[in-house]
Amino acid sequence: MSEPVTVATGSREPGLAAQLREFWYYFSFNRGAVIGLVVFILLVLVALFAPVIAPHSPTQQFRDALLTPPSWQVGGRSEFLLGTDAVGRDILSRLIHGARFSLLIGAVVVVLSLSTGIVFGLLAGYARGWVDIVLMRIMDLILAFPSLLLALVMVAILGPGLINTMIAIALVLQPHFVRLTRSAVLGELGKEYVVSAKVVGAGHLRLMFLTILPNCLAPLIVQATLSFSTAILDAAALGFLGLGAQPPTPEWGTMLAEARQFILRAWWVVTFPGLAILVTVLAINLVGDGLRDALDPKLKRS
Amino acid sequence: MFRFLFHRLLLIVPTFIGITIIAFAFVRVLPGDPVLLIAGEHGVTPERYQRLMEQFGYNRPIWEQYWDYLVGIVQGDFGTSISTKRPVIRDFLTLFPATVELAFFATLFAVVIGIPAGVLAAVRRGSWFDQLTMGTALVGYSMPIFWLGLLLIIFFSGILGWTPVSGRIDLLYFFPAVTGFMTIDALLSGQNGAFTSAIRHLILPTVTLGTIPLAVIARQTRSAMLEVLGEDYVRTARAKGLPPGKVVGVHALRNALIPVVTTIGLQVGVMMAGAILTETIYSWPGIGKWMIDAISRRDYPVVQAGLLLIALVVMVVNLIVDVAYGFINPRIRHR
Repeated sequence: MSEPVTVATGSREPGLAAQLREFWYYFSFNRGAVIGLVVFILLVLVALFAPVIAPHSPTQQFRDALLTPPSWQVGGRSEFLLGTDAVGRDILSRLIHGARFSLLIGAVVVVLSLSTGIVFGLLAGYARGWVDIVLMRIMDLILAFPSLLLALVMVAILGPGLINTMIAIALVLQPHFVRLTRSAVLGELGKEYVVSAKVVGAGHLRLMFLTILPNCLAPLIVQATLSFSTAILDAAALGFLGLGAQPPTPEWGTMLAEARQFILRAWWVVTFPGLAILVTVLAINLVGDGLRDALDPKLKRS
Repeated sequence: MFRFLFHRLLLIVPTFIGITIIAFAFVRVLPGDPVLLIAGEHGVTPERYQRLMEQFGYNRPIWEQYWDYLVGIVQGDFGTSISTKRPVIRDFLTLFPATVELAFFATLFAVVIGIPAGVLAAVRRGSWFDQLTMGTALVGYSMPIFWLGLLLIIFFSGILGWTPVSGRIDLLYFFPAVTGFMTIDALLSGQNGAFTSAIRHLILPTVTLGTIPLAVIARQTRSAMLEVLGEDYVRTARAKGLPPGKVVGVHALRNALIPVVTTIGLQVGVMMAGAILTETIYSWPGIGKWMIDAISRRDYPVVQAGLLLIALVVMVVNLIVDVAYGFINPRIRHR
């Protein structure tokens, strides 16, 4: 990592570029991480251009093609590459549109939990005293519950749906960010650059967000990546249990829930949505592992 | 040692109170009318509404209500189910052994495969075995287990016809539930084939629930082993001329297992959440399926109590792990 001093002297652009180059140097060592990144970028493109790529509408029902097998199987039809579901909707098109929901869920959950987590963590680490104690006790309590269970009960009470799913998952993931931010802040507070900023007369908000926060980012980035995949997995689980996105939304977990009763008759309605979840989560976890190796200076030296 | 135990037990009190506050708050503070939530009714008349209000005590100050709730819990009163009209705790205790049995076998599966795999991967660092194991572990770690469960049914029950699709035992076997653990009860009943049937019903749920803990344990064992293998005392043991098996098995593994034990303990919470999914897929009559059924029936007393009871179970298991950790690692105990 570069010295904080380079940022302070005003030569921000070269510093940042050098940082990025150094980061990529270490990141690209990890073959898995690069593959994960490529898959992830492809998924983002698929999600962005879903209406263009998808051969059919995700909700159009082809009444003459119920439970059609994939095109390479006997009875398959070429216009339905991965087959159709029980009401004749094209599975490939639903999967392509489903990428939008999964990535949206991941992004919203990470933004929500990361931003609140950073604010609470900065507050706890910077203010100390009773603010710290109260905040951290609350976070400990949230962590005392199995996260999926807590999210499940929350959604059950708030009412099933995509928005409540995202809120619930963000809530159960957020303590990790609070803890990470707080401990990073505690580690930075006594350092000279913070003290010197204080002496120069920086206000509390400036100290928290502009001086300390940028130097705590590395673990937060790694945690954000891992939370992204956890959010997708948990949202799919809630969808599978009938509490997440509601039909006919082409969310992958919800698709699996609808497909459950046909598992022994039509393997494709079950196999492909789950495969989509697995590939997405795996790609993000690969990137996360790579980020951890590249951003963690302790591992870098060894 | 007693001071250590005492400290750990004391620490549990605030956690316990906090858990009860959250379980209480979930049904009382979240949006939605608690009377309608608890009563599970819609469109009640104003008189009936008033009566329910008084029956549940919602017209009293909230801290008084919480106090009553807490006192009830300490006395073992977790509320009454709307659908079965029985005390929630009784249903919980009837179903809990099924989940414990499943979780026990899943843990066994994860430990028995995960630890040797992790050790071997660490010893042969960089080999094809290491890469294969860690690749598989990452896939397992990213696995949507509810999908894995369905795939296992398609393959082993649908195509091969080896394993049953749901339940805990074939319906032709019938015997009293002595312990609540189907495998033990089947053995006790002495009926031919009952035990085999119970085991056959356990296989797929065990693999489904055990997959993520297996991946986590294998990864954790490998990294703990790698750390320990670089220590001086391992080098000393090697230098003494001890056989490699003894160095790894005795000197390294024992110390590497300390963090692994904590990891196994932490997996209990993960498994309680996983049990909800696994039990739903295999119609396994445990507390996970009980929770889901309660949610779909809007049986909120059960949901609330289930949330609380599962959190308490996780808390107690973590306490046990903490204490066990103190036993095997004297450095913690004497702090």
